[in-house]
Amino acid sequence: MVSPEAAEIRATPPIPEAIPDFAPDGKLRRNVLDLDDFSAAEILSVLDGTAAMGEVLRRDIKKVPTLRGRVVVTLFYEPSTRTRISFEEAGKVLSADVINMSTSGSSVEKGESLLNTGLTLQAMGVDVIVIRHPHSGAPYLLARHLPRVCVINAGDGLHAHPTQALLDLYTIREKVGRLQNVKVVIVGDVLHSRVARSALWGLTQAGARVTLCGPTTLLPLDLLNCGDERDEGHPFAQVEVNTDLDRAIEDADVVMALRLQSERQSGGFLPSLREYIRRWQVTESRLERAKPGALVMHPGPMNEGVEISTGIAHGGHSVIEEQVTNGVAVRMALLYRLCAQPSAEKLETAG
Amino acid sequence: MAERQIMNEQDIQRALARVSHEILERNRGIADLVLVGIHTRGVILSRRLEQNILRFEGNRTPLAELDISLYRDDLQGRLGPVVKPTRFPVDIQGKKVVLVDDVLFTGRTVRAALDALNDLGRPRQVQLAILLDRGHRELPIRADYVGKNIPTSRDEQVKVRLVEADGRDEVALVRRED
Repeated sequence: MVSPEAAEIRATPPIPEAIPDFAPDGKLRRNVLDLDDFSAAEILSVLDGTAAMGEVLRRDIKKVPTLRGRVVVTLFYEPSTRTRISFEEAGKVLSADVINMSTSGSSVEKGESLLNTGLTLQAMGVDVIVIRHPHSGAPYLLARHLPRVCVINAGDGLHAHPTQALLDLYTIREKVGRLQNVKVVIVGDVLHSRVARSALWGLTQAGARVTLCGPTTLLPLDLLNCGDERDEGHPFAQVEVNTDLDRAIEDADVVMALRLQSERQSGGFLPSLREYIRRWQVTESRLERAKPGALVMHPGPMNEGVEISTGIAHGGHSVIEEQVTNGVAVRMALLYRLCAQPSAEKLETAG
Repeated sequence: MAERQIMNEQDIQRALARVSHEILERNRGIADLVLVGIHTRGVILSRRLEQNILRFEGNRTPLAELDISLYRDDLQGRLGPVVKPTRFPVDIQGKKVVLVDDVLFTGRTVRAALDALNDLGRPRQVQLAILLDRGHRELPIRADYVGKNIPTSRDEQVKVRLVEADGRDEVALVRRED
């Protein structure tokens, strides 16, 4: 059933001159799998589109007919509240039909493979699959084998969470006014964070200065290739690593706290939770070392009192609620983008 | 591609001046008037009409911007990937709305704009002002104020260039040579 020559992620067709805007890099975007294949231009273009979607969300009647007749399936193999509801709301505001599928109560419980589930959905004429999966790379498998469906990664294993990263970028740009040279400190369990990994691609691509902070055991030092062999051309070459939050936070425009999963302590990554809280919790006194008016962000769900103090989480620096609101608008912009671009068949006849 | 100029800077200026007068004449002033520009060049034209009206009447007219991408009936048609912001600084409930666009062709943009307006409130009246009517309507839509009527063939393209977006003012007819 699966074409053997589909070894590469589905190649996207070249663009005829008439519609270059959809593909600043010369290729149409069929899938949103991670931000590592987004250029700065494409990221900024998505953020521009997000602003207009935000206007729709502020109306009395939050509904536009744009995606009438399109079907979006959210296929979640992991629990989630905000990401799933956010995609569902985004689809519904644009008038798409959104179908939520979870593993319990579906054929997945009978042992159906991811690929077969995907092929079934494709056969039903689904336009977009939004997938969250505990295994890194699962969305790539769908993208590779489903030529008639757009795939959006809503979080895969420890690998990527591109829509969260885009909403973070949008929130920063809206609040700080730019992304270029903004100092962003990402603090916490970077090693196990797909949010941090995608944010790293997006932020560096957009010209922000990123500092990673946390216990050495929870920092992906290999990813940053911190030895002497650091490749100067790599987007991560300028990323700084500092295990001392009091130093790392100096002059920060944005502090992004990551969720500390409780099992990290039992897993031997932390000597004790109390030590983690003492050294890496984002607190009022620490934030005083950042720039005045610095933003505090968190991808949620929060462990208040662990990676972030309650006062900070709900204080004046926090933009955590804005992040959630912007998440809906970013996902609307992406759904619109994927569905509104000319289809491959249309391009062939036009080209 | 053979290009022929059909309006120069002065032609555009005169047409807009006349349209501004017609709007004032028909509505007997600017009471309850809202100018709504359709992105991108309609927004520019609406600003120019507003400037004209300010000059003639000495009063400002509220300006709004509308992006109709979300209301098109051809999703995979000629849309861009970025929807521009719709901005309505005033409530259009009970107002006389003048939609402003550069070219009136099939009428589908105007239909989409009417749908969009409908979601934003219930204007007392909607009028349509355009710089150029090129014919070939596919819907029962007509303009109230027309800068210039130009008979065209379907495979010709009309290019409206305005200083604010394109560096100069002109309208040109482009014929595709196959």
